[in-house]
Amino acid sequence: MATLDAPLIVTSRREFDDSFTLERYVTTGGYVALKKALTMFPEAVASEVDTASLLGRGGAGFPAGRKWSMLRKSPISYLVVNGDESEPATFKDHYLIERDPHQLIEGVIIAAYALQVSQAFIFLRGEFALGLERVQQAVNDAYAHGALGPKIFGSAFSLDLVVHPGAGAYICGEETSLIEALEGKRGFPRIKPPFFPAVTGLYGEPTVVNNIETLSNLPWIVNNGGAAFAALGGGRSTGTRLFALAGRVKNPGVFEIEMVKNTFRDLIYDPRLGGGILGDRAIKAIIPGGVSAPWFGPELLDLPLGQDEVAEKGSMLGSGSIVVMDETSCAVRATWRIVKFFSRESCGQCTPCREGSGWLERVLYRLEHGGGRVEDLDLLLDLSDNISPGLTWPPQQTTICVLGPSIPSSINSAITMFKDEFLEHVHHGGCPHD
Amino acid sequence: MSYFDDNRRARVDELLTLYPRVRSAMLPLLHLVQEQDGYLTDEGMGEVARLTNTTIAEVRGTASFYDMFHLEPVGRYVVGICTNIACMLVGGDELLEHATRTLGCPVGGTSEDGLFTLEETECLADCDIAPVVQINHRYVRTTTPDTFDQVAEDLRAGRRGEEIPPHGTLIRVRRSGGLRADHDEIIAERATAKSAREARSSQESK
Repeated sequence: MATLDAPLIVTSRREFDDSFTLERYVTTGGYVALKKALTMFPEAVASEVDTASLLGRGGAGFPAGRKWSMLRKSPISYLVVNGDESEPATFKDHYLIERDPHQLIEGVIIAAYALQVSQAFIFLRGEFALGLERVQQAVNDAYAHGALGPKIFGSAFSLDLVVHPGAGAYICGEETSLIEALEGKRGFPRIKPPFFPAVTGLYGEPTVVNNIETLSNLPWIVNNGGAAFAALGGGRSTGTRLFALAGRVKNPGVFEIEMVKNTFRDLIYDPRLGGGILGDRAIKAIIPGGVSAPWFGPELLDLPLGQDEVAEKGSMLGSGSIVVMDETSCAVRATWRIVKFFSRESCGQCTPCREGSGWLERVLYRLEHGGGRVEDLDLLLDLSDNISPGLTWPPQQTTICVLGPSIPSSINSAITMFKDEFLEHVHHGGCPHD
Repeated sequence: MSYFDDNRRARVDELLTLYPRVRSAMLPLLHLVQEQDGYLTDEGMGEVARLTNTTIAEVRGTASFYDMFHLEPVGRYVVGICTNIACMLVGGDELLEHATRTLGCPVGGTSEDGLFTLEETECLADCDIAPVVQINHRYVRTTTPDTFDQVAEDLRAGRRGEEIPPHGTLIRVRRSGGLRADHDEIIAERATAKSAREARSSQESK
């Protein structure tokens, strides 16, 4: 059974149908943290976030406090919120955007105050039509409420917040690509170094980019203190986290649970959470952390949901998405579909990713649809090795961004775990599951 | 003669003042063009080029990068069905296949009556109600062939207009005015805050 006694930090309003309105927000403790933060020194607010050891919830898991402190020495021009959630099977930011936009906005204002930034942008996926409406309405209401604009709540702090729509490109979740899109260009990731937008960000100026869920934690941290947040979870993984559970489970959804205290098995099987597998079948494999992550077999179900715990076993918690495949799911088809996704979404700047993803997709297509050869398995691994030499985890990089090196993860996992199934596809002349 | 109609003119003016640099308004402006014309017309892209001090080639080059922008005419309703991993595992491909028959057009095509365009999409981040279907970027939350057919029939009969408005992801997004803080004032404020911060840290180091 899962341990569910931790407080709900970012989904505390989940029982309310009107959780997205200003009225509901302020009657449930909203904007209290902001008022408190405004009475503190900005560096004291930042220090609480440091104490909380809040890891970024976007995918890379970089400590938010450290991201900020790298910058605090020089003035920062812009705060940009990454709401381009597009990692396949990740839908937890979508939940926060539609269901609790004021919590996000309060988090943005607190972060902007800590960083002493006067201009912030929330970049939202263009496909989130309702999300865009809700966040813009919440921004409008926050201005009217005195929480945004000049002299916030009578303090000396002012902030302008702009909601910016994307237009459909997975790569815009990569922060330098997102900045390009925000500058009105094609979303091409920028060459590193400089490694962080902190050095050269929006319009070439120092910029902090944080994820939706990361910032949504700030009101609670300011209200309760960084130490209370750090007391939850374990090791480097503090606090609670949203997990987006999808695939062949009875009750897919977004669940906020304490880090480390629960395992994959708890999340998938607890009747209050995933509720088990459709038809009570056996688990074949799980993909933790988004489709860039190496897969796990059922033998790792008792692994705790913590950043380091998952990393030690050679994968990542990444974006907080967990996809479950059962014994009826085809590993070749799943791999093909994931690689097809990367092939479609490759921005095209770097040859290994642009060309490699297409080649891999075509080889996987013929394996799944008939026409595969035994030597295709080696071919897939060889092509993968050209994108990410050595097929290590974390992956080596031959490209500007990490999209390319993410492609081999599922191929390498699937061939290692399900080699016989690949060979069966060759001998059967297509998918035996069909 | 202005390209944008009166309804959108004010929103365009607002978008142009919203960003420190005008080119940042590119994507929202293109959304407005698509909202007005149904797709990105040459005339619309020309106007965006003029407004953002770019060329029409830069506008087209930018727009063509993004999946949501249509450079060719599309149906009144663009139906997107996800077949990415989470949807694939619970019948996304089968629903897409079914939709080609219901709507009468292949994937990537438009029905003869111009009502529907069908697209196979990548993950739409709503995977707990899978397979995910979006129509004009509104989640329809229909996961079976039967309920899908009902939605298509409703749209053919002119129902569900409120739930699924015409093109344009920003069609109901309005920023209420008078919001920008005075920029000079902010700069002065920042300078004061910075010197106070420096005074505090020099005191700490003593």
